[in-house]
Amino acid sequence: MTTLSNRYEFVLLYDVENGNPNGDPDAGNMPRIDPETGYGIVTDVCLKRKIRNYVEMIKGDTPGYRIYVKEGIPLNANHREAYLAVGLEPGKKASVEGVNKAREWMCKNFYDIRTFGAVLSVGDNCGQVRGPVQLNFSRSIDPIVQQEVTITRLTVTREEEADKERTIGRKHIIPYALYRVEGYVSAKLANDPTKGTGFSEEDLQLFWEALINMFEHDRSAARGKMATRRLFVFKHESDLGNAPAHRLFELIRVNKKEGANPPRSFDDYEVSVNKDDLPSGVTLIPML
Amino acid sequence: MGYGIIIRVEGSYALFTRPEMKVERVSYDVITPSAARGIIEAVYWKPAIRWVIDKIHVLREIQFTNIRRNEVSSKASVDNALQVMKGAQKPLYIAATETRQQRAAMVLKDVDYVIEAHFDLTDKAGPDDTQEKHYNVVLRRLRNGQRFHTPCLGTREFPAKVTLIEDKDDIPKSPLVGKRDLGYMLYDLDFSNPRDIQPMFFRAVMENGVIVVPKPEEVRR
Repeated sequence: MTTLSNRYEFVLLYDVENGNPNGDPDAGNMPRIDPETGYGIVTDVCLKRKIRNYVEMIKGDTPGYRIYVKEGIPLNANHREAYLAVGLEPGKKASVEGVNKAREWMCKNFYDIRTFGAVLSVGDNCGQVRGPVQLNFSRSIDPIVQQEVTITRLTVTREEEADKERTIGRKHIIPYALYRVEGYVSAKLANDPTKGTGFSEEDLQLFWEALINMFEHDRSAARGKMATRRLFVFKHESDLGNAPAHRLFELIRVNKKEGANPPRSFDDYEVSVNKDDLPSGVTLIPML
Repeated sequence: MGYGIIIRVEGSYALFTRPEMKVERVSYDVITPSAARGIIEAVYWKPAIRWVIDKIHVLREIQFTNIRRNEVSSKASVDNALQVMKGAQKPLYIAATETRQQRAAMVLKDVDYVIEAHFDLTDKAGPDDTQEKHYNVVLRRLRNGQRFHTPCLGTREFPAKVTLIEDKDDIPKSPLVGKRDLGYMLYDLDFSNPRDIQPMFFRAVMENGVIVVPKPEEVRR
């Protein structure tokens, strides 16, 4: 395990075709939209869920890569390895030292706590783990169109409805949209002796892999065709960073091509990367 | 009065949760002094210094929007973790589908603030902790865009763009005119007794877009 010694920022572009990337519970599960501008939104927690699912699928029960916030019923509920006891007196409220040990142990065992952090609540000391990885909301490049598709089903659910012929359902889809999300990796929150979570270089590689492949294993009737299209990583030379994040994000521009109205595929967009204005001390790594 | 810095803080969303509306979160109209302190501390902080917020300029009209998300209602329990560490056969995870809560948040949109702040030395300051030293470090970090971790506007999914304003005359003029009483607002948390952390409140009045933040000793009861 090598400790992380560089700050990173990243820009991820992903698209959806005839699907719903992230439903809005307030709007009957229609795709999220910014009501004032019409741009589509995907929340940060939506992508974090997919990253967790990917890591859980790839790593399974590998020690050190367990996932704390699980979806559905875990398969390994009864399978557990014995861990070294830390020698705390049982029955006592956890001391500060105990909390710190527990925090360290949780970080070591759970990938998602090491990456995104977690709230460990105790009566006395609110042990809180801030993870190094921070994600924004994703926003579509252009305003999206929410399309409602009515579907029919040939059966009914309950017996007393048997005389009814069929039921009607609804799906909400976006014909096409390209989303952009920006994120941050703070080396200090990974390697700091007291605040750090021990998020390592290997963890970071797994994180990039998860960003690239997270949609490949998240197929469902609602999602349609989703894919990661581009992943640009900005690597700073130092752990505090060498340039402001917003200046780096502005180097990556995504524009609709002339005449592509409405856009219906990734080819209708042009991604331009301004390598000339890259500040010194920062390297741009196109991962995909 | 130590050295002062002026920073401009912008972002497309912000959520400065009112303590009385925490479940379905509702944001304050403007940034709280405690959130502003958190933004500066994300850039630079040492135990030897304490940041104090002097003024908050609000450069945009205040507008809200709503976001509802699936969240979990449970937290990671230390006691549980300690038991499993000792080899107890207990489940150690949060089942997100079983502890699901859908919560709405009323968040601010397109915020833009200028924050004037200074730092005082604390009693943890050693003999080589001069004010000039800390002042120069924070200026260097702001000019180069360096930071300990990315500053955020209330919650971590809303990152803040932070730029340094070198000259007091460069502060943009706020479009807000007149006097607006924002009511009682959270000033900060009093950590002087770590076992009994007390919130402190102040009466926030915005005049022509500028809130003058009282000194901590005026707020402390």
